[in-house]
Amino acid sequence: MGQNGAGKTTLVKHFIGLLRPTRGRVLVDGVDTRNASVAELARKVGFVFQNPDHQLFSETVEEEIAFALRNFGFSEKTIKERVDWALNLLDLTRYRKTSPFMLSGGERKRVALASVLAWDPKILILDEPTIGQDAYQKERLRHFIIQLNQQGKTVIVVTHDIEFVAECEPRVILMANGRIIADGEAREVLTDPTLVKEASLMPPEITQVFIRLNDFGFPRKVLGVYEAKRLILEYLRGRAGK
Amino acid sequence: MSVFEGLRFRNISSPIHRIDPRAKFIYVCILFAIAVLFSQLIPLLILFFSQIPLVIMAKVKREWLRLMRGTMFFAALIFITNMISLYFYGGYPSLLSIIERSVAMTLRFIILVESFSIFFATTSPDMLSLSLEQMGVPYEFCFAFITAIRFVPVLAEEAQSIMDAQKARGLELERGNFIKRIRNYIPILIPLIVSAIRRSMELAEAMESRAWGASKKRTNLYTLKMGVKDYLFISISIIILVLSLYVCFFVYIPSLAELIRFG
Repeated sequence: MGQNGAGKTTLVKHFIGLLRPTRGRVLVDGVDTRNASVAELARKVGFVFQNPDHQLFSETVEEEIAFALRNFGFSEKTIKERVDWALNLLDLTRYRKTSPFMLSGGERKRVALASVLAWDPKILILDEPTIGQDAYQKERLRHFIIQLNQQGKTVIVVTHDIEFVAECEPRVILMANGRIIADGEAREVLTDPTLVKEASLMPPEITQVFIRLNDFGFPRKVLGVYEAKRLILEYLRGRAGK
Repeated sequence: MSVFEGLRFRNISSPIHRIDPRAKFIYVCILFAIAVLFSQLIPLLILFFSQIPLVIMAKVKREWLRLMRGTMFFAALIFITNMISLYFYGGYPSLLSIIERSVAMTLRFIILVESFSIFFATTSPDMLSLSLEQMGVPYEFCFAFITAIRFVPVLAEEAQSIMDAQKARGLELERGNFIKRIRNYIPILIPLIVSAIRRSMELAEAMESRAWGASKKRTNLYTLKMGVKDYLFISISIIILVLSLYVCFFVYIPSLAELIRFG
């Protein structure tokens, strides 16, 4: 996470070999990116770009998803299975034969995501996935990321949507001016107002409330809604008990 | 994309930047004419090197170098086609003269690109549009022309993003035979065209919402006026043209090969 121009996208582009380091080296799954082509790396690393319009070109959504699978040389039978699976996963089955250009911005974004997930990469990079998604789709996306993570995949999300991150509670890396300024658990990093401010962000709203409620004996490091509810109820019950 | 970089306007201040676009345009036209007038190597060499002080004065040296590098591919192409055609059909006495002639033709092309670059790198699109307007071109055409120029770097940047996005989906541009390679560019061209169309629609909407074309008669904040230095610049250009015409028709120009032999 970090402000515009902090170097987030530049950093993740190194993970797939679109940019190569001028100094030092980048290892992806043990492979030095300088010795591998983008296509080889892409087999392992799925990169979903911020702007879906930069990759959509096919006549149908189905074809769009199959494109990368063909590039990687999957058999036609596997391609069909994978396409069905990806369409279903992202709630796009009814658009199967639609032109991707006819879809709304949020839907195009999902098509782009589906087209990457289809080849089941080990590492997934999502650049600003929450832009243009409504609350329901964001919630789905969040579940989905958690689910992928539980399947043992690495999911890297580039975003400034702090509420979205707070609910996932992942490892958070904050960046500012091309440098990493913090790296740690969301609970530690996102509840530190000075760090978060340095990255031009605001702490999650729940955290802001709890920082202000510190005088009443509430802890500062609170991220989730349910956690907040539990803490407030405990406090109210304690007062009622007195 | 380095070729486009060399044609992009650099917003800095230099004596060349301050010359009236119309004067510069006349200069570029004269330069064109002279480059086409001569087919011998020596005058073209002089013409090529005479541009370098201008480039330095305009402070666009880096862009100019980059442009030169960008034109290398086409320059090589022109050189090779000239070599081949002159070798078989030219009836030239020696290999040396064929090479000299081919180099001259290549240089002619480079001079054309070079003068274009000086013009575009030192003339802001606004000034260009203004000068077109003052020459009596309807504003709609000026606007379309300027917008087209302005979108070149934007499109170049976008093409790069699209290439990145498709490479990340396993597209390998350099793979396969000739036909396959051309087909490889389809996933890049289609998003590029679609987004250009989308962008132009958005631009049209934004312009209409800001009442573009509401009043029949437009006035401009600035009007271009030719000053003493502009007239001086034009006069020098014309003198150079007259001199070149004289040299071209009345002076024998030796070839480099002859110079080496007798010099």
